[in-house]
This record gives sequence, structure tokens and C-alpha cells, in this order.
Amino acid sequence: MSNFVDLWVYLAATPLFGLTATLGVYVAASAVYERLDRAPWANPVLWSVVVLALLLKATGTPYPVYFSGAQFIHFLLGPAVVALAWPLWQRRAELRARAGALLVAALAGGAAASGSAVGIAWALGLPGEVIASLAPKSVTAPVAMGIAAQLGGIPALAAVFAVLTGLIGAITAKVLFDAARIRPPVVRGFALGTASHGVGAARALQVHPDAGAYAALALGLQVLLAALLMPLIARLF
Amino acid sequence: MDALRGFTLLLLCQSAGEALARLAQWPLPGPVLGLVILGALLQWPLVRAPVEAVAQPLLGHLSLLFVPVGVGVVGHLGLVGEYGLQMLLALVLSTWVGLLASALVLRALLPREADAPPATPVH
Repeated sequence: MSNFVDLWVYLAATPLFGLTATLGVYVAASAVYERLDRAPWANPVLWSVVVLALLLKATGTPYPVYFSGAQFIHFLLGPAVVALAWPLWQRRAELRARAGALLVAALAGGAAASGSAVGIAWALGLPGEVIASLAPKSVTAPVAMGIAAQLGGIPALAAVFAVLTGLIGAITAKVLFDAARIRPPVVRGFALGTASHGVGAARALQVHPDAGAYAALALGLQVLLAALLMPLIARLF
Repeated sequence: MDALRGFTLLLLCQSAGEALARLAQWPLPGPVLGLVILGALLQWPLVRAPVEAVAQPLLGHLSLLFVPVGVGVVGHLGLVGEYGLQMLLALVLSTWVGLLASALVLRALLPREADAPPATPVH
């Protein structure tokens, strides 16, 4: 028994634990998601985060120890942002023809999401550093962290907000769009990528190829626009 | 082999982006500049196959990459306990506002043909 405990203590402290747990839980959560016909509430990111958070709590593993292994997955976010050039390039002719409309929609969606988040947070009396961490919430996590740091927010908190925003969009967009009678997959996908970045885009990609492509485009546009404009706008205040 | 070449290319673009952001002191994150650099390189047919080989699997499992950051919520449980409801309200409402704003603006601006109802319900 004590051998087993020693073994666990050893394994839990190596990067192997965080990496294996993340992949194992995500693979299982994805299998359940498929079995449930990709129901929005069965979102694999949501349940992976819940199960892993409970696992860390149950085993008393500190987050930095978990992250020493999970960082290998986290690291891929950077190359994934670069890789977004591919879906954008593939549809370049179509995008060029619709460039004006897409740019205006991306600006409107990004400004509305960020502005309303800051406004609601301010009205509810949240602390300034939390508000600054909320501002870039519709931008994909690694970029949101950089922007939050420039705005005086907490990068790690901004990343959590970004992931939660992605989940909220991925889980509720179907109901919201159906209620508002917004039907074209292109429009639904683009809005998901704009307001819910990578997690929303991943959902759109699973539902409809057109929606997925436009979500990837919206995600890329949001990254560019937010990275360019948010520090400038923040300087005005 | 193509995927490995493609991944190397992604890292090179990201590194070039990081270097450019630091040297020119631009407010853009390195990966974003890397995206722009890769977009320019794709004009060159030789890089297309490797980039496609790595972009497909990487973007196909994009949601997995957000899990480690999401688990980071355990580091902010104090803040969640104090302001959890307000933060959730701000997150949910602003996400809906953003979804509706971009969807309604885009639908108004796109030509009518894109407005045809899809054969199967989506999302």
C-alpha cells in the first residue's frame, strides 16, 4: 500500500500526470459528446475542465504541478493561431468579395461584446482589474492574456474568462439564434467565431462546414482587430 | 513528413512574429504577426501542402487546447466565491450581445442569397 502511495506521489509530481490526465479526460469527454449526438450542453471542454478541476481537488494537486504537464498542450495555442492563416487563405476570393460586410460585422460584434462586458461589470461593481480582464474576453485565450496585461488586468483571469466566454457561446448559441430566427450557417458561424473565439469555432466546425470556415475567419479577424484596437482605445481612458 | 515540415513552418512564423513584435515594439502578439506572415508565405505554392497537413489536425482539435487554461479557474476560486454571480452575469449577457450584434449586422449586409434557410438546422 505504501509502495502504491509512493508511486502515486512520484507520478503526480511529473509532467506526465498533467499531460495524461488532460488528454485522457478530453478523449473520454469527446466520446460522451459523440454518443449524445453532440448536444450543446455535453460540450467536451466544459466537462473536461470540470472533471480535471475536481481531480486536482480530490488529489490535492496544485495547479502549477498540473500545468507542468498540461503546458505541452497549452503551448500549441500559439501555432494554432498561426495555422488560422490556412482556412483564411483557402477562402480568400470569397472573403475578399465580402470583406466590407465581414469587417463591419466583426467590429460590431467585438465592440458590442467587449463594451457590454465592461459596462455590465462596472455597473455590478466588479474591481478594476477584473473589468480589465473581461475586456478582451471574446478574443482567443493566448491573445486575450497579452491584451489584458497591457490593459492592467490579470492575464490568467483573462484566459479563464475567454474560455468561459467560448463555452457560453458554444452551449447557448443554438437556442439564441433559433429564438432570433437567424438561420444562415455562414452568419451563425461568423457570429460564434466573433463572440466565442476558438471554443465557439470548434462547435461551429462540428455542426456545419460553412459555419466552421466563417467561424475560423471571424476568430482570426477578432484577434487582429482586438490586438490592434484595444490597447489604442484603452489609451484614451 | 509534410505535417512535420508544416509544424516547423508554424513555429518559424510564430518566432518571426515574436521577434518582430519585440524589435518594432508593436502591441500585436507574436502568434498574430505569425498568422499574417504565414498568410503572405502561402502565396508560394511550395508551402501549401505542409501547412494544410498540420493545420487540419491542429485546428480540428482546437477546443482541446483550451482545457489547461480552463482548469486554471481553480486558481481563482477566491474571486469566484466573492464575485462569481456578477462575473457570470457579465460573461453570459455580453456573449449574447456580441453573438446577436455580429449576426444581425452580417445578415443585414450580406446579399440575400446567403439568407436561404439551410436544409438541416445548425448549431
